[in-house]
Amino acid sequence: MATATATRGGLAAAAPERATGGRRRRVLSAVLVFVAVLVVWEGLKFLGGTPWRAPLAEPGSPILWNPPFRWAFVNDLNLPHVWNIGLTFLQPWQRGADRNVAQFLFDAALFTWREAALGFVVGATVGLVLATIFVHSRLLERAFVPYVVASQTIPIIALAPMITYAFGGNIASVVVIATYLTFFPVTIAMIRGLRSLDPRALELTRSYAASRWQVYRKLRLPASLPYLFTALKIAATASVVGAIIGEGPGGIANGLGRVIITYNQYYITEPEKLWAAIIASGILGVVFYLIVRAVEVAALRGRPGAAEG
Amino acid sequence: MTAPNSAAAGPVVRVAGVDKTFSRGGRVVTKALEAIDLDVVRGEFISLIGPSGCGKSTLLRIVGDLTSPSAGTVTVNGKPAERARRDRDYGMVFQAPVLFDWRTVEDNVKLPLEILGWNAARRTARAREMLDLVELGEFVKHHPYQLSGGMQQRVAIARALAFEPAILLMDEPFGALDEMTRERMNDEVLRIWEQTGTTVIFVTHSIPEAVYLSSRVVVMSARPGRITKIVDVDLPRPRSEDTRESRRYFELVTEVREALRSGGADLDDAGTMAGTGSIDRAMAEGAVG
Amino acid sequence: MSASAGPLPQTAGVPGRGRTAGQAGRGARSLGTYLPAILVFVGVIVGLELLGNLLKLQTFILPKPSAVLAALGANWSTGRFALLPSALNTLQEALLGLVIGTVVGLVVAFASARWASARGILLPLAVAANAVPIIAFAPLLNNWFGLLNPLSKALMAAVLVFFPIMANVTRGLVQVEPASLELMRSYAASEWTILRKVRIPNALPYFFTALKVATTLSLIGAIVGEYFGGSATVLGRMIVQSASALKFDVTWAAILLGAVTGIVFYLLVALAERVVIPWAAALRGDT
Repeated sequence: MATATATRGGLAAAAPERATGGRRRRVLSAVLVFVAVLVVWEGLKFLGGTPWRAPLAEPGSPILWNPPFRWAFVNDLNLPHVWNIGLTFLQPWQRGADRNVAQFLFDAALFTWREAALGFVVGATVGLVLATIFVHSRLLERAFVPYVVASQTIPIIALAPMITYAFGGNIASVVVIATYLTFFPVTIAMIRGLRSLDPRALELTRSYAASRWQVYRKLRLPASLPYLFTALKIAATASVVGAIIGEGPGGIANGLGRVIITYNQYYITEPEKLWAAIIASGILGVVFYLIVRAVEVAALRGRPGAAEG
Repeated sequence: MTAPNSAAAGPVVRVAGVDKTFSRGGRVVTKALEAIDLDVVRGEFISLIGPSGCGKSTLLRIVGDLTSPSAGTVTVNGKPAERARRDRDYGMVFQAPVLFDWRTVEDNVKLPLEILGWNAARRTARAREMLDLVELGEFVKHHPYQLSGGMQQRVAIARALAFEPAILLMDEPFGALDEMTRERMNDEVLRIWEQTGTTVIFVTHSIPEAVYLSSRVVVMSARPGRITKIVDVDLPRPRSEDTRESRRYFELVTEVREALRSGGADLDDAGTMAGTGSIDRAMAEGAVG
Repeated sequence: MSASAGPLPQTAGVPGRGRTAGQAGRGARSLGTYLPAILVFVGVIVGLELLGNLLKLQTFILPKPSAVLAALGANWSTGRFALLPSALNTLQEALLGLVIGTVVGLVVAFASARWASARGILLPLAVAANAVPIIAFAPLLNNWFGLLNPLSKALMAAVLVFFPIMANVTRGLVQVEPASLELMRSYAASEWTILRKVRIPNALPYFFTALKVATTLSLIGAIVGEYFGGSATVLGRMIVQSASALKFDVTWAAILLGAVTGIVFYLLVALAERVVIPWAAALRGDT
């Protein structure tokens, strides 16, 4: 009844995921979607975009194709050609620079990832500790969990400038913001995970007179691992979001957040660069997610069945 | 409706030469049913019993057109099973009550009547009548989760009977209940059957249950699922506590048990195999999905 | 364990509610449930106030609660930091985004529930979208729909709202118990009837769970959109500008206003959930 209740309560989002469909099929459909987006993208530009010129050509160069319609939302400013976005990665990241956009974005992404990863680790630890406390103390759970939940109904992003000032506008402030976004999913999922234990297993340990720590270490923690990883996957993206947002008001010059703001200012002349920065952010998020996913697969190998993770 | 045990009438259900195989990737994995022939007479209470994996649930589902046979035919009131389903000839009761939490007890019973397009007044009247029949008249406004397992199953029976289906198909309806509740539910079901005169096909794991309820017990063997014996239960009706203590009852229970043994079945003590029904279902679902 | 475990907090639920066995003794139970949280609240407020009085330095970044309230009053509807109109503008963007994102999410969810092939493409896409920091698109939306157009913020909110609504409602429509579908099949019910009588009611708890998350996301989307430029009379700009003017009491007042907006928004949806699907709350055990 417990599981039925949980799913009927619409909580599937927090429950450990189940693999559906074959891996090959998923990759195939992802590629299909990607290709479809590109086709629609360029198809719309073919029908109603700005006159087509050679890739990365200057405005005066010869027109290769003149679309029959003019639709504002698919002109070269709003929706640059995909090949121009692709080629912009090889352009100098700013006028006269010797490094190209790809190298520049890679460094920026790495920098942002370090902040995010630090926030991710701190946030996950905080979440784990909080969940452990709440699971063992009904009083503390009642006293604090409402605020853990309330903290997420506040648009956290609003706190970013405040945190930046409080922590002096350095990397620490960015890490704090990433931490703030990370701890919540871990806390909530782990409260459920640490309680997900089969009640009979708990009764069994009682008959062994096992200590609370032993129960925690040997039973609760292994049982909660699937919940933990589900939360960590959410937290991976959240920490990247936190780092990107935090860099803006923090004035951190080396990360993706700053690059997005900078390229946003040059959007009128080089819209492709903002697109490149956004794509880099997306890739960073997905890569971090996949790293966590890979650890999950390794850690949960052989489940369900064995309690030892 | 005809009176129960009017054996003179023609068969309501005729199963002829039914095979059922489950295959995966074009390869036959399980032979669930083989050469099943069975006639069910109008007003009869017939039980299918056998070890887990003998395909008794599958047979029931084939009769109800929830899955189709690999070979053979099922005729219900002279028409194919699918047509019978479309004509709403079946009332189904599963092992789980399958009630909808968002509906009250009364609204759950009304569900098939809504689908059949009855008007509101008639629906309410019938739902109340059926809930009185299963002695849940006080609980019309409750939600399913407020009831015990036995009560939920009674709601499911009321719902299955609400539109007066020609045949009631029951797939281990009391498998999840404790022994005491199960015996009470057995009496309940017999009382309702005697009042309504419905034809019942009843799948069970429990030998005492099958003998107590049925006019005939169909004994099946596993892999491939076959009918090994049909035991006529000539116990007098109405049946009661005295029936359970009668000599003839014990003889019949023994007869069914021996038929199961000779069919190669290693049936555990009857009524204790709560989980095994799910294997049948899992196999059946494997075929549908 | 199962009896003493109590409520399982959910991603979007309101945890900390006691599991009441019956209707009796509800009032007493809920007071016991809420009292620790209320005490913490009072304690923090009093503590901050005392701290502010003891350490003058602290008030700079963490002003006294009374000072924040005073700033809220002083900047309520007029002046450079007019907070109420800003909050209303932000709320308007968020609401518009919530409506757009929810409607589109629902339409796509019904389509993907109806056609398995659409589902096969859309659900992985939703998972992928979850891994992408979507807020990076905010400046792009500003460029597309105009920096000063509230629609550019609303659409950021809509994009954030879309994915959880779409994914959760699709799940709710699809993950129906197989036995329920068999029952409907035995009634020879049409697909349409099954949708109305089984799938939609089944999806409602999923929908409300997503909607509660979506209220927060819509505010986040709106405020993030505001950070990347636009009208000045919005909460996002108020926060940035007051902070850079070192008027932290105003900043906190603006954050407080945003927080209250977010919580009220959330509670309204939670209330609607109680009214529309009372059975789901009862099933979870938080009567």
